[in-house]
Amino acid sequence: MPLSISLITDTVMTPSVRLQEMIRVIRSARTQGEERGIIQKECADIRAQFRQSDNGERSHSLAKLLYVHMLGYPAHFGQMECVRLIASPRYSEKRIGYLGAMMLLDEKQDASLLITNSIKNDLSHSSQYVQSLALCTLACMGSAEMCRDLAPEIERLLRASNSYIKKKATLCAVHIIRKVPELAELFTPSARSLLSEKNHGVLHGAVVLITELCEHNPDTLDQFRKAVPELVQIMKGLVTSSYSPEHNVAGISDPFLQVRILRLLRILGHNNDTASDAMNDLLAQVATNTDSSKTAGSAVLYETVLTIMDINSESGLRVLAVNILGRFLLNNDRNIRYISMTSLQKIVQSDHNAVQRHRGTIVDCLKDQDTSVKRRALELSLALVSAVNIRSMMKELLIFLSTCPPELRSQTTSGIFNAAERYSPSKRWHIDTILHVLTTCSFTRDAFWNLVMLSHFFNLSSQQPLVQVACWCIGEYGDLLLKGECEEIEPVQVTEDDVLDALETVLQSHMSSPATRGFALTATMKLSTRITDNVDRIRSIVSIYGSCIDLELQQRAVEYNALFKKYDHMRAAVLERMPVMDKNSPGHTNGDTSGENKEPDPSKPKPVEAGLLSEPASQSVQLQMKAPSGNVIPAHGLGQVTQTVVLNNPNKASLPCLFLCSCLSH
Amino acid sequence: MIKAILIFNNHGKPRLIRFYQYFAEDMQQQIIRETFHLVSKRDDNVCNFLEGGSLIGGSDYKLIYRHYATLYFVFCVDSSESELGILDLIQVFVETLDKCFENVCELDLIFHMDKVHYILQEVVMGGMVLETNMNEIVAQVELQNRMEKSEASDQ
Repeated sequence: MPLSISLITDTVMTPSVRLQEMIRVIRSARTQGEERGIIQKECADIRAQFRQSDNGERSHSLAKLLYVHMLGYPAHFGQMECVRLIASPRYSEKRIGYLGAMMLLDEKQDASLLITNSIKNDLSHSSQYVQSLALCTLACMGSAEMCRDLAPEIERLLRASNSYIKKKATLCAVHIIRKVPELAELFTPSARSLLSEKNHGVLHGAVVLITELCEHNPDTLDQFRKAVPELVQIMKGLVTSSYSPEHNVAGISDPFLQVRILRLLRILGHNNDTASDAMNDLLAQVATNTDSSKTAGSAVLYETVLTIMDINSESGLRVLAVNILGRFLLNNDRNIRYISMTSLQKIVQSDHNAVQRHRGTIVDCLKDQDTSVKRRALELSLALVSAVNIRSMMKELLIFLSTCPPELRSQTTSGIFNAAERYSPSKRWHIDTILHVLTTCSFTRDAFWNLVMLSHFFNLSSQQPLVQVACWCIGEYGDLLLKGECEEIEPVQVTEDDVLDALETVLQSHMSSPATRGFALTATMKLSTRITDNVDRIRSIVSIYGSCIDLELQQRAVEYNALFKKYDHMRAAVLERMPVMDKNSPGHTNGDTSGENKEPDPSKPKPVEAGLLSEPASQSVQLQMKAPSGNVIPAHGLGQVTQTVVLNNPNKASLPCLFLCSCLSH
Repeated sequence: MIKAILIFNNHGKPRLIRFYQYFAEDMQQQIIRETFHLVSKRDDNVCNFLEGGSLIGGSDYKLIYRHYATLYFVFCVDSSESELGILDLIQVFVETLDKCFENVCELDLIFHMDKVHYILQEVVMGGMVLETNMNEIVAQVELQNRMEKSEASDQ
């Protein structure tokens, strides 16, 4: 729809000159500072204006204030003025007063109580336009108290007024029910009778009201099931489109009303055979006759499909419905593709197999340019992963992960991990998948925690290297695990206790090798500088192992104890995070391909006997761990590792990430 | 439920803001900025639906928008609204503005902010869709303006 430049002329609208003058002045400001200055001056004028007695200027001043408020400047000093203007007998002043109240007031402010009386009076005003102002304001910001007070009046208007007022009163009633659910009973009888109205606006409001009533109360829902035939009749009238030509949108008669009725039918027909039967024919008719070449038709068709799927419909009808969605999935219009995926998402649980048939197309949508479409495709793909298709789906998901937009990354990784956990064909595949994710994107909490849990779960003699790696990671990066910068919708909450529990389990497990227990103890110690609440727990763990039978553990524990007691001032520095490896330092064999390196700080302890595993990232990740070269670690070697090495993730940024190559021998 | 209706230009300057849920002023401005940030990144040939705003409504929150020349019309809704329906509603609203202002453009919205609110009030009330028949909306707005005019001339 083209918008053309037009002159500001006095066309249909009455110009409010002072407002326009002020706007002109504000717009002439060349800098933010200049604008602020102008607005400050204007606000001072407005304040002065408000303090004067009535001289017919107040409505202009409030209009100016609302403009300034839209730009983000404080306007609370106008609240009382709204109250005053609402109480004025003049329509022009009431109009701006009510608008101001809706913009500046809410039920938390005391001033809002003061308008209750005005609203009450205006609801029975002789002019319907004043009545409508009151209705509008009540529906926008009516508090529970106001609603209780005025509900009978609204109910009266629902029954006995013209259609303009009835329409507004029904939506007002919806607001009242949301604020004060007990009042639902008051509106139920009149709601039913509204269905025989001819005016579409009133009908629309009535359907919204009935929907709200049904959602609130299952008994009311039961009552309204009797209205299904009536609703079906109304729909039939709309669909045959001889009903009311002025509501025509692109050949569809009042699509908004049709959509509302279809939603209500869905609620009424759900889990109820009688109601579902009564609407079966209608739904078939709408599904086959609606022209979906324009948005309006598509909107109706989608609601129809969703309703068919959500009630007890005949199987033939269900097949028709899913096929319609499948067809839309292939539509060129991205909006249609988006909506069909949203719809498929709603039925993927109940009609899983039907949706599976479209898996190929859905997975293709992962490659769409549009982020919104990608997002829908991702969610749907994750819902379609099963034991049967896990390998091929995971391939697609991992490809998607490597190129997906950053805002979808955490959702993708969580989804991949959940799917891997539920459907892994083998342990090795599971670990490979996690490692693949770790190396594809930069350090993610989720990936790391999954690795930890996985190794914890395995904790078998043949998996010691993995457990050791996990322990080292926890010790080194435990604070990041706990920090919880969650991009996920439902973040995994890892508490300090969780982390310490994991390490203690490794320490105590009879399946942990002495070397592994050494890793766990060191990691626990490192955490004392990275966590805040449970340092005492760490202290007690460390002191217990001071009398451990294993000499290595005993020595470590005694030394860490000393670090707590006599050398506490050095503890933080000694346990600091290990610096990033410099690729030019000795010990590098085949240098790393790329990566961002910082110069290692010479004052920090250097890793001893660090061998570098440096195969470039291959397609299939391999985990290769050397056997530990010895169990003896000098006392100063906190944070030093003899077998695994920190390598920069070639793709990403500042944190060093583990890069592991291996052949896991089971 | 419609949680908010925002109209801003290609530089993010607000031309009309209407919240149907209470937010403090600085929060409102933050929401406008976040919405502009999300919407302005979109190409012209992608779909009109956006998720990913975090400030309103948690996860049950979508942005449905249309871009006309220099203005973005954004409706922030939850899952109880039909997405395609809202898309049509935006069109109805814009066509109504066009009828009321005769070839409406951004300047009309700037200089007649209050009038735009009054028109919007005939389309959406309390976060719910009120009236979708364009002729009906225009007629009502006309009658109300006439009332205001006649009051002024009575002075």
